[in-house]
Amino acid sequence: MNFLATVGRVFLSFLAHVGRLSAFTGTALLHMVRPPFYPRLIGRSMVEIGYYSLPVVGLTAVFTGMVLALQSYSGFSRFAAEGAVATVVVLSVTRELAPVLAGLMVAGRIGASMAAEIGTMRVTEQIDALTTLSTNPFKYLVAPRLLAGVVMVPFLVLVADIIGVFGGYIVGVYKLGFNPTTYLSRTWEYLEPLDVISGLTKAAVFGFLISLMGCYNGYYSRGGAQGVGAATTNSVVSAAIMILVFNYVITALYFGK
Amino acid sequence: MSDQPKIQLTDVHKSFGPKVVLDGVDLSVAKGESVVVIGGSGTGKSVMLKSILGILRPEKGSIRVDGQEVIGMRSRDRDALMLKFGMLFQGSALFDSLKVWENVAFGLIQGRGMDRAQARDIAIETLASVGLAASAGDLSPAELSGGMQKRVALARAIATSPEIIFFDEPTTGLDPIMADVINDLIVKCVKDLGATTLSITHDMASARKIADRIAMLYKGKLIWVGPAKDIDHSGNEFVDQFIHGRAEGPIKMELRA
Repeated sequence: MNFLATVGRVFLSFLAHVGRLSAFTGTALLHMVRPPFYPRLIGRSMVEIGYYSLPVVGLTAVFTGMVLALQSYSGFSRFAAEGAVATVVVLSVTRELAPVLAGLMVAGRIGASMAAEIGTMRVTEQIDALTTLSTNPFKYLVAPRLLAGVVMVPFLVLVADIIGVFGGYIVGVYKLGFNPTTYLSRTWEYLEPLDVISGLTKAAVFGFLISLMGCYNGYYSRGGAQGVGAATTNSVVSAAIMILVFNYVITALYFGK
Repeated sequence: MSDQPKIQLTDVHKSFGPKVVLDGVDLSVAKGESVVVIGGSGTGKSVMLKSILGILRPEKGSIRVDGQEVIGMRSRDRDALMLKFGMLFQGSALFDSLKVWENVAFGLIQGRGMDRAQARDIAIETLASVGLAASAGDLSPAELSGGMQKRVALARAIATSPEIIFFDEPTTGLDPIMADVINDLIVKCVKDLGATTLSITHDMASARKIADRIAMLYKGKLIWVGPAKDIDHSGNEFVDQFIHGRAEGPIKMELRA
């Protein structure tokens, strides 16, 4: 009996969470499209997400491109397909690695900071204070962050695409001895717009999920410093898992046929 | 219409899970009156204020502000209703991402759409009325002492000249002299604005100073309501025990939650 009760309790609390998250998402979306808007706050979030994440995303991208070139060269040479290195690099980076790795890095950087900031505002009653000052917390805190996430993560991924390919080019040309012109023409030859577009679609979804998890976990945090700590952890873990799941879903939708 | 109470609570019930916090509260506050609700920690004083503000939603009962039912109100109507309110939070709840003057001007800029220059002038004026120099306006809240933060929070609560002001434990955490300074400021501000106020506190010195009427909340019910001058001969043993701060008496501290 005890065991069944535990299973039931876990299941009920899971359903409660799903319900609460759905309601949160719905309210947040509603406030994203309804005035008043806060351009100053949207701008601040965009700078925080887009500009300040550039170094970490850039570093991730350049090393990913470099290691991809190295790995695919050594692997593909087993069946004399070294010539495909440039193509492998550009397809892997634009379709998969740039969006997923950039998403994960941003989840760690931004999701955590959003959850900590909003969580602290919750436990110090600053969110209640917003309400008493005729300001809807969804409009003021959540909507600008969601909007900034949806816009800026694709921007970061586009930058990561370019830097990643550049990383592959460096290794390809200076270490593996490819002809620069050939490497570049191989890069372009098989690249289709859909490769980049699918990656940017993923990025927009990931950006939304990262901000959503950061805001949601922060908004419902309770119990002082420990609660805020838990909210921060949850926001990063849940965003990372959702990125991996949605990555598969979006890939299946684009290329699953 | 003038005899219509500003705030009217009728049979308000609120529980958190199995824990009953408000168990049928009736209270009416007349226009321009100052009512102080006293009671021990965890007796539901804050829950009562937050229910009136719509931050919490009671399961049963009616709460009317100027005759308008607030339970189940739409969020847009609530934002409009909040224009009548000012609230001083227990922990001050200043926005730490904003400067002091931006905190004070918040309700004017965000709530009423006033332009920043004009709102800044009013903020500086309001800061002066609580005894803070204009130069304090450019500091961040974290640079202020607890007493100064409380004054800024008071300035923020009154900057929009609200009709109704709530004070949540206005003197908690302050030394006795600073507490008295805050009490004096509250009395002065309320007199200047002609506002209706509802305060909660367990500081009897504060209650005596700012109250026209005092109500005592115990186990989710108001067990005594009367003029402030009658508090010392209320004939109610619960009230007597509380105002004299005796451990022995009909009120038993629940040491286990």
